[in-house]
Amino acid sequence: MEYSEKVMDHFMNPRNVGIIEDASGVGQVGNVKCGDIMKVYLKIENGVIEDAKFKTFGCGAAVATSSMATELVKGKTVQEALAVTNRAVMEALDGLPPVKVHCSCLAEEALHAALWDYAQKNQVEIQGLKAPVEDIDELHLHENVD
Amino acid sequence: MQTKIYMDNAATTPVRDEVFDAILPYFKEYYGNASSVYSIAKESKKALEKAREQVAKGIGAKKEEIYFTAGGSESDNMALRGIAEALRNKGNHIITTKIEHHAILHTCEYLENHGYEVTYLPVDDFGKIRLEELENSIRPETILISVMFANNEIGTIQPIAEIGKIAEKHGVLFHTDAVQAVGHVPIYVEEMKIDLLSMSGHKLGAPKGIGAIYIRKGVPIESLIFGGAQEKKKRAGTENIPGIVGLGKAVELATGEMEIETKRLLHLRDKLISGILEKVPYSRLNGHPTDRLPGNCNISFSYIEGESMLLLLDALGVAASSGSACTSGSLDPSHVLMAIGLPHEVAHGSLRLTLDRMNTEEDVDFVLKKIPEIVQKLRDMSPLYEEIANKKA
Repeated sequence: MEYSEKVMDHFMNPRNVGIIEDASGVGQVGNVKCGDIMKVYLKIENGVIEDAKFKTFGCGAAVATSSMATELVKGKTVQEALAVTNRAVMEALDGLPPVKVHCSCLAEEALHAALWDYAQKNQVEIQGLKAPVEDIDELHLHENVD
Repeated sequence: MQTKIYMDNAATTPVRDEVFDAILPYFKEYYGNASSVYSIAKESKKALEKAREQVAKGIGAKKEEIYFTAGGSESDNMALRGIAEALRNKGNHIITTKIEHHAILHTCEYLENHGYEVTYLPVDDFGKIRLEELENSIRPETILISVMFANNEIGTIQPIAEIGKIAEKHGVLFHTDAVQAVGHVPIYVEEMKIDLLSMSGHKLGAPKGIGAIYIRKGVPIESLIFGGAQEKKKRAGTENIPGIVGLGKAVELATGEMEIETKRLLHLRDKLISGILEKVPYSRLNGHPTDRLPGNCNISFSYIEGESMLLLLDALGVAASSGSACTSGSLDPSHVLMAIGLPHEVAHGSLRLTLDRMNTEEDVDFVLKKIPEIVQKLRDMSPLYEEIANKKA
């Protein structure tokens, strides 16, 4: 198993680590049992993501996908941000080892959870956004690990 | 990044210079098949028997009780399957532990699928089995007790002599997987009442692909590999003479140096352990504080994950390992860490540093300086640590 240069870059120098005090939306997914937890903070103004930060407990791939996912959504409208899928994050990182694909799902889920939080608080509708799942372990891990 | 500090000696070790030199002539000069009659083959035969003597001496066995194999896994497989088959008419019950190497655990699973019953003894918080629990698990149909000498992950050393006594008292054979122990801690198969013992070359400076099994004289065992009459028909296949010469030399060197080297390693190990525990809050030692391999340091750091630590250490040129699920390729953290009762999140944050001959005081000082920084960097990124930090503030 080897990580791409991009993954290593985003792991060694993760972008957007931290919290946003007055975040418009916050989402946390994952569980300790599987060893990955991601928390995403979004600052949204006029429907545009002005800032994105994260905190992640997890492996190199989990940190790198958090970093890349937050990079990708910055400056996008909430509707556009929905298109930042796990596939998009993975492609932006030049791929992930097969056993690490579930980490990219975690990033997508965390992002969606934060968007959901924002939508609930502000009573806006984001087309195609579903309520976050409490425990994504069962949902994604088993179908994506080689 | 090149590895400058290698602290994963429980995984494998570099071939020692003395071992390498001893092996070299047996590739091109003395290449004869030990089973042949001409002169050049006699050199192979001589080397084979000298190595057998060296290995036997290293564990207090007789020369004719040592059989060469392709490594620790083969020896473990042979001990379990060989005894199970040989004693099929006597019984079908085997006792082992929850913290064995997969070479034992997966062989046990195989045997369970073939009509055998296996008891997996739990261990205490330090990774030791309870002797009374072992004794209570013995049934009339018990044919084998297999308990590892020292654990590869947490370094805990089992009360081998006491286990041997119990096994003997009940007339049950006793096998020990001593892959991590040979050359690192004293072993006396006679005094410890060990009937079978597995060892591997590459854990003590011999090449990969060579191992041995000690089988006490008179113990009945079936073969795994059939073919020629090598190893008294117990293990067919032309002998790996260079490997065997290497194993013999490595065992001789390691047991000869053990007293001095252990003293040196204990100092380094304890400096590493106490240094980390002192400098890093929310860290804990895994395994027994004193009954542990002289080179083993295994520590869990709460709120962070092991693979991330390994990547950051690697970026500094330090090679280590972890029991995190992310490094095992499975979804669960190490079965050993789970068996000593660690919660998942603590098991995920484990770091194993295993020292050996090559490691110096400077290595330990460097790692001691860097680990707190690495842990802090990851904790600053961790949502779990955030909760703790908030509570404290």
